[in-house]
Amino acid sequence: MKMTKFFAWLAIAVGVIYFFVPLLGTFEFSLRMRRGEYSFDAYGSVFSDAAFRATFGFSMLMALLTIIFGMLLIVPTAYWVRLRVPQMRPVMEFITLMPLVIPAIVIVFGYLRLYNSSSYIPFTGSTFGTNVLLVMSYITLSLPYMYRSVDTAMRTIDVRTLTEAAEILGAKWPTILFRCIFPNVMSGVLSGAFITFAIVMGEFTMAALLNRPAFGPYLQLVGANKAYEPSALAVIAFAITWLSMGLLQLVSRFSKMAPSRA
Amino acid sequence: MGAGRPFSSSDRNTGFMSTASSSFIDRRTVVDWLGVAPFMIFALMFLIVPTFYLVVGAFFTPEGTLTFKNIADLFTPTILSAYWISIKVSFASSLGGAIIGFALAWAIVLGGLPSWIRSSLLTFSGVASNFAGVPLAFAFIATLGRTGLVTVFMRDWFGFNLYSTGFNLLSFVGLTLTYMFFQIPLMVLILTPALDGLKKEWREASEILGASTWQYWRMVAMPILWPSLLGTSLLLFANAFGAIATAYALTGSSLNIVPILLYAQIRGDVLHNPNLGYALALGMIVITGASNVLYIWLRMRAERWQK
Repeated sequence: MKMTKFFAWLAIAVGVIYFFVPLLGTFEFSLRMRRGEYSFDAYGSVFSDAAFRATFGFSMLMALLTIIFGMLLIVPTAYWVRLRVPQMRPVMEFITLMPLVIPAIVIVFGYLRLYNSSSYIPFTGSTFGTNVLLVMSYITLSLPYMYRSVDTAMRTIDVRTLTEAAEILGAKWPTILFRCIFPNVMSGVLSGAFITFAIVMGEFTMAALLNRPAFGPYLQLVGANKAYEPSALAVIAFAITWLSMGLLQLVSRFSKMAPSRA
Repeated sequence: MGAGRPFSSSDRNTGFMSTASSSFIDRRTVVDWLGVAPFMIFALMFLIVPTFYLVVGAFFTPEGTLTFKNIADLFTPTILSAYWISIKVSFASSLGGAIIGFALAWAIVLGGLPSWIRSSLLTFSGVASNFAGVPLAFAFIATLGRTGLVTVFMRDWFGFNLYSTGFNLLSFVGLTLTYMFFQIPLMVLILTPALDGLKKEWREASEILGASTWQYWRMVAMPILWPSLLGTSLLLFANAFGAIATAYALTGSSLNIVPILLYAQIRGDVLHNPNLGYALALGMIVITGASNVLYIWLRMRAERWQK
């Protein structure tokens, strides 16, 4: 028993060293900009950079649009599949897993070939079209997470009874969808939204190859040209990930405490 | 759900009803399928057709005639070595992730540690498994780069120059070490429930029958755990194989791995044959696809014991 405990602590110690040294190293490095003393100069330099604000804002907007349109696509579909075409469930599971199997770089390669400016659907022909394509690519990337969290939330409510009750009371389908189904799967929608946010904010491949001024390519550019700012940016990026995951945990804990009303 | 479904489509399509009032039934069926149409159109446009386009393109020349030359051209030294380095990095990082991740999961489930360690490790794993891409590369440059914290610390305090040992962050070892930062947490997150599923009774029963700890692990726990363990390792492998942002930010284009080669090919046709790029993408899909299929199969085996 003593031995077990010793090895358990040893494993934790190895883990703590492996995970905390890089974080500590990054933070320490980000403070080294002024010679001989620690300062937050690198952060000041990052925040005063206009490109930082522009790309950060752009990625925020993209993340928001991804979440809104992704959820408008996925929640009704998941609802419909549960209610009317349950035989489609394995197909849905399969399709929503595919983005984990096919690397992002392959997907975007396909887009560039299929939707270039001389094709039938020239998404990449205009800035607006490319932005639309970028949001679509982010929805594709986050499909596995969004669909799973929504579907899990839908498992805890009785979709059929809710729908029948609403229909008896005379509700039309937009009412059923937005006033019965959406509020009941809000915990799933939110967990999916937070993880999507974390993914989109740091995403590099899609934005770089579609040539959009997003946060990921900006990070890469700074990394290639500056010394201390990258560490400051890494600390900021880590804080964003931590924040989204913290909110996700909060939501899932909250929804576990609240008893299902169905 | 399940048994009491009043209107599953299979009932509707069979029996005399379908002939008696076929127009009504057909309309319901059509409406049923129309409901999933937006999603299917989305999936076709942004996932299936683009992938399919590349897969088909791999078997054609730029002029449009059928050929296997693109596939054959994958077996040239540059491309072969890119695949080989990619496979090595993915394998090493998934193996390292599996071993350390298993040790951590074991420690928090069976190690008898205080419960706050378990909850904080799981929360941290949720964060760290999503902390990848470009910032992760920055973190490791700041730590193990030429002027990184650990490098400087070892030099100043122990007079030990890490880089004189031939270590280089921008190499196979460095990339493997960096990838493990998101591989280990993923392993912890997936394996912890599997270890939770080991019932206390199995251990007690084997102890009563006189088994040693080693015998218990070898003959009871491991046969139950191995599908989860191997399956998750395969998932980690595919995960590392498709990753590009970390490697690109870390090494630029100095390390010749498949995703970086493909990136360069998309950017500027470095292989001087666009359809060879399709073949390169096809190779990636085949490798990640195979490891994912094996993962799903092993997971189904593993879940038999987690009911």
